[in-house]
Amino acid sequence: MTSEPILSVRDLAVSFATDEGIVKAVDGVSFDLRAGEILAVVGESGCGKSVTAMTLLGLTRSPNARFGGTATYKGTELLGASNAELQRVRGAEIAMIFQDPMASLNPVLRIGEQIAEQILAHERMPKEHARERAVELLERVGIPRAAERVESYPHEFSGGMRQRVMIALALSCDPSVLIADEPTTALDVTVQAQILQRFRELRDETNAGLVLVTHDLGVVADIADNVVVMYAGRIVEQGSLDDIFYDPQHPYTWGLLGAITRIDRPRRTRLPTIPGLPPSLANRPEGCHLRPRCPHEHDACVEVPPLQARASAAGRHCDRCWLPVERKRRLREIFPGEIGLAPKAPPPAPKPSSRDAA
Amino acid sequence: MARFVVRRVIAMLAVLFAISVITFAIFNVIPNGDPALRMAGRNATPQQLETIRRQWGFDKPVPVQYAKTMQLVFTGELISYTNQTNVVDEIVQGFPRTLALAIGAALIWMFFAIALGLYTAVKAGRFADRFLTVIALVGISMPVFWVGALMNYYLGFKLGLFPNGGYVEFSDSPYGWLSHLMLPWAALSILFIGVYSRILRSNLLDTMSEDYVRTARAKGISERQILLRHVLRNSMIPVVTLWGLDFGAVLGGGAILTETVFGLQGVGQYAAESISNLDVPPVLAITMFGAFFIVVLNTIVDVVYAALDPRIRLTS
Repeated sequence: MTSEPILSVRDLAVSFATDEGIVKAVDGVSFDLRAGEILAVVGESGCGKSVTAMTLLGLTRSPNARFGGTATYKGTELLGASNAELQRVRGAEIAMIFQDPMASLNPVLRIGEQIAEQILAHERMPKEHARERAVELLERVGIPRAAERVESYPHEFSGGMRQRVMIALALSCDPSVLIADEPTTALDVTVQAQILQRFRELRDETNAGLVLVTHDLGVVADIADNVVVMYAGRIVEQGSLDDIFYDPQHPYTWGLLGAITRIDRPRRTRLPTIPGLPPSLANRPEGCHLRPRCPHEHDACVEVPPLQARASAAGRHCDRCWLPVERKRRLREIFPGEIGLAPKAPPPAPKPSSRDAA
Repeated sequence: MARFVVRRVIAMLAVLFAISVITFAIFNVIPNGDPALRMAGRNATPQQLETIRRQWGFDKPVPVQYAKTMQLVFTGELISYTNQTNVVDEIVQGFPRTLALAIGAALIWMFFAIALGLYTAVKAGRFADRFLTVIALVGISMPVFWVGALMNYYLGFKLGLFPNGGYVEFSDSPYGWLSHLMLPWAALSILFIGVYSRILRSNLLDTMSEDYVRTARAKGISERQILLRHVLRNSMIPVVTLWGLDFGAVLGGGAILTETVFGLQGVGQYAAESISNLDVPPVLAITMFGAFFIVVLNTIVDVVYAALDPRIRLTS
């Protein structure tokens, strides 16, 4: 864990000009990824985690997008990279696996062609060699009868198999960094476990770094070394897996941890949620973005808390919450031994006047 | 595949039957539709009219007339009411001209439509796109008889760059053949280039936002390859459909205006003359001829579909 990071993101900011105004999708995100590390980026839908992931490969570039900060891969600055530089990095150095394996493969090309295409884009070799490599890759990700299946089209595969094809595609040029954007969201639970196992093995075999974007804390607990929690475009807490699961500092993280389905509870309380909705990114609340949903809001919250190590002075466990650490450790236990976020009390209702009734 | 072909042949026969019945019925209900009146001339006596009616079978019930006419169509003995020429011979004579017009124009309009569609899709929203959009709309809005007449007048008559209408056999003079066809090709293509490039552009833009295009970009292949291999092929299906219908229509004599303006004497011009004379036999034969090509081209389009998109199976 003391090795140099291969991917280093500093103060990444992404905003889009839309009809509703400037949408700040990502605001001041920083993290490091080391070889062999699995870093989970978690948060609700629309918190900016996918945009962060795609921006690293320049996939969010458009005339309406503005970028800030830096993202450095082995000395190459990715945000300002030319198209030619990006093309060299994409697929070969940093590979990406997308959320929806049903839509992420071209329906009219054989999967062998789609894998070979990526290999040939980065390495000079005869087409037959690229094809052979495609077969090997498919075998490696656990696709039976790979030699026949390279000739198949995407619609001839099931969802789990297609995600394996996507993984084979991502691995085809031995990348140092894999970015997986909700790779198991569209899959059923047994397939999900197999795919995660595959990721773990690949990390061990290739020593690649993996950025895993997900909203599923079960997946995170299963596989991650370190965790970044995002809310409304900002990192609200980051630390090791143990930090986040056993000593969470930010109320939003408590809410996420509390929102895991509890089948051992009475039916009414099996699906705890974080009350309220995430704010619109075009119109975020001043100060701490969680304010409207947080029961522990107080006067200091109108200012944005800096991302600082608070729980332990020297550690890498950082959070963005003004509350004193000791108080937070008390507040986060909504039931004895259980972490969660209580609903915010509604503003006091005006007292009904007895005179009106008369 | 065999089942597919058999089903298509049966469908074609059904279409031809329906088309012929409708065409025949229309000519029997429109005013001034009595062919005997026109054949007998201005000062015919009732007796002469009666003779003509009996001679040509106009006194028989309509279904009998229809059956008789259809029999003549398929034996190749159908005779025009206006000038007593053999209709099938006339069509066979005009067909090479129509074929030359259709193939040349179809290649030209497809080529330019793809080029223009790709260019405007890549430059979407910029000046080049907006400018070419206006040009395409102008092309769509100009009637072919007007464009054709302008071309004939300025490029043919005034500047003398092209012959003033007519047609020369390829075997007589390849250069003459080409120079006689250049203007008709251009006039016919302008409209289609406008329509096709607009459709292709919007399809390309839709396809560009597909997830698999993002995957392709994440692979590190060039934008050019993304466009040609991943985007264009997935955007071609609606354009191929239209192309099949339009090409079939032009082939079957549908380019009536173009053929007439440039005096090509093809099937389309024959159709125009026959319609203005209310001459049922040629109109009937040409309509069936056109329908035949549209059905055949549609079948070819379905085969092309299956080649473009592996998810489509011909047997299902």
